[in-house]
Amino acid sequence: MPVSAIEFRDVSFSRPGRAQVLDHFNLSVEGGDVLALVGRSGSGKTTLLKLVNRLLLPDAGAIFVEGRDTREWEPIPLRRRTGYVLQDVGLFPHMSIADNVAVVPRLERWSQARTDERTRQLLELVGLPAQQFATRWPDELSGGQRQRVGVARALAVDPPVLLMDEPFGALDPMTRAELHAEFRRIQSRLRKTVIIVTHDMGEAFALGDRVGVLDAGRLVACDRPEEVAASAHPVVRQLLDALPSIPHVSRRT
Amino acid sequence: MRRLIEFWIAHRVELGALVGQHVLLVVASTLAAAAIGVPLGIFASRRPRLASPLMAAASVVQTVPSLAMFGFLLPVPLVGGVGARAALVVLILYAILPIVRTTVAGLRGIDPAVREAGVAMGMTPRELLRQVELPLALPAIAAGVRVAAVVGVGSATIAAAIGAGGLGEYIYRGLSMVDTTVILAGAIPAAALALLVDASLWWFERRLSARRRAGSRRIVTAAAITAAAAVLLSSGVAARRDRGAIVVGSKNFTEQLVLGELLAQTLERAGVPVDRRLNLGGTLICERALISGDIDVYVEYTGTALTAVFHQPVSNDSASVFDTVRTLYARTGRTLLPPLGFNNTFAILVRGADARALGLRTIDDAARESPRWRAGFGYEFVGRPDGYPGLARAYNLKFPQPPRVMDLTLTYRALAAGQVDLIAGDSTAGLIKGLDLVQLEDTRRYFPPYDAAAVARAEMLLRHPEVRAALESLSGRLTAEVMRSMNYAADVEHRDISAIVRDVLARPAPTIAGTLPSKPS
Repeated sequence: MPVSAIEFRDVSFSRPGRAQVLDHFNLSVEGGDVLALVGRSGSGKTTLLKLVNRLLLPDAGAIFVEGRDTREWEPIPLRRRTGYVLQDVGLFPHMSIADNVAVVPRLERWSQARTDERTRQLLELVGLPAQQFATRWPDELSGGQRQRVGVARALAVDPPVLLMDEPFGALDPMTRAELHAEFRRIQSRLRKTVIIVTHDMGEAFALGDRVGVLDAGRLVACDRPEEVAASAHPVVRQLLDALPSIPHVSRRT
Repeated sequence: MRRLIEFWIAHRVELGALVGQHVLLVVASTLAAAAIGVPLGIFASRRPRLASPLMAAASVVQTVPSLAMFGFLLPVPLVGGVGARAALVVLILYAILPIVRTTVAGLRGIDPAVREAGVAMGMTPRELLRQVELPLALPAIAAGVRVAAVVGVGSATIAAAIGAGGLGEYIYRGLSMVDTTVILAGAIPAAALALLVDASLWWFERRLSARRRAGSRRIVTAAAITAAAAVLLSSGVAARRDRGAIVVGSKNFTEQLVLGELLAQTLERAGVPVDRRLNLGGTLICERALISGDIDVYVEYTGTALTAVFHQPVSNDSASVFDTVRTLYARTGRTLLPPLGFNNTFAILVRGADARALGLRTIDDAARESPRWRAGFGYEFVGRPDGYPGLARAYNLKFPQPPRVMDLTLTYRALAAGQVDLIAGDSTAGLIKGLDLVQLEDTRRYFPPYDAAAVARAEMLLRHPEVRAALESLSGRLTAEVMRSMNYAADVEHRDISAIVRDVLARPAPTIAGTLPSKPS
């Protein structure tokens, strides 16, 4: 059996003074797959991502990235091999767009020429021509453009794993649909192992090769989208019923 | 205004030097405070539990009056003493608080998502600090540095109290001469300097927040290098002391400035090189500076030495006081030279108009009027055992309100202006004549003698017998009349002190008695 790219084995995690976030949680993601995790606010989605790149360590159980326990990984190399797109984008406001994208290459001490070339490529990839955008500043961009920069920044050193935390949550429906299409186009070329978390079942169905449903620290379903759509589990049904008949701008969690 | 401009033109070289010293003090202390305060702020923001005690300590430091701080620091080796070094230490201590505070605020104000993005990108804590946190906190830090620098321009005026120079020198000189022109001659450039510093740092701050990553980093590096250079330079300047020169000190009022200049010129006439450290904060600072060897000689008054320096009970006999004080000084490595000739005792003063209208002649007469009067005294007089409390008992003074306490030199003005009705001044003060004040007779002999005499470091006198000979040549040469006329020439006629002293010394010894020729006008 091939080693899963990311695997959660019997993971428990709690924050002091709060309810259990993850409770004997199991999950595996195959290389090149996109797993879309859906859950309500506070269901532990962000925690789950932070456990993968060792921003957090589990109370019990273990998380394996490329077959290696996160406790054994040095945190810095692990994080540089793991692209991370944050819920709030988190672009560095004091850096130009090009500098934002070039953060990790610079940390990795790439040559200036290689960094410039890579930055240009990435900006083209996410649909922001370098000529036009490289020297601009984050606060001059629209929300959708900033999200694209966030994706480009996460992909900068070509990490095998990409973690995305509600990446399109704050966007208007048109931009969202556009970015969903962009994401599928980019993913068809790059074949990254992706975990994307969202509170929107529609988005999960649009992006995931597989869809997982989180509830009270456990995975109540994890399967191909059509199987999940057919599930009779009450939590899954509830999330499915919440799907609007026409898309609308969801509120951020 | 015309007098002010004339003063500046006449003193333009000195003014330039004082402005230069002032700027150097502010720049060096602010940069050094930034070099200490920013790392301290980073440290504090990382450890919130340590942050509050740290901030509290910095706040407490800032509430200590600067003159008191100089008093504390004087005996401390390395940082203490008299001159630019001690002034820098005090200014740095004052400047640290605003810088630490804004550094902490700047770091805490960073959007957590941005910091989290840095960590998630795989930045080490150092990379996060250098590439994300510091650049984002920089505008706040720059604002703190600006506040520190502007406050520093004001605080640096106090440096003059310990002989570190700067524009405070005019302010102190003006205060002791009760000459508004001289005060303004220092205060106006200081205020202009504060505005200039504020404006230029504001411009610098705006450039920093103009989001030029590489540029701002270069600016910060340049600033850090300048800081290091300035601190090295100024500590070099502070450490430098003319080895061979005899350091003459004085306290910070006109008569002391005159006497300091008199000692200095007397030594110079004997061919001894002199370094003037005049206008030091007060008895305490002169005393500590003499002990630490920062000054070699200054003029003290026997009564002051007896009570304020050696904490001995008050005595009224001039000769026995002199002997006691000379012995006490000798035990602590100092030599009291023969009296200069005048006794500057406290003078209880009232307005001439009151004295004539009410027929006041003695302090007993004033005691009669005291229930209707208000008294004003200098800080020293209120606290000293031979000062106000004893006086009130001896003469049964009954003022309805506690005396107003203010700077000694301001009391003369307050009396003349009618804000108070009775003050304790110096019997040799030129202002007594200048402001038409009347000295009331101390019929009960309450005040101890205050014979003026130079006190010098014994070790220095041993090495330099020529200094001793020169200082002893002044013995008995200054009568009260001479002293009062010199004070009058300085305080009322606003003549240059070194010229006044030169005139007096030019007259043949030992008969310096008599009045000075008035200023030709």
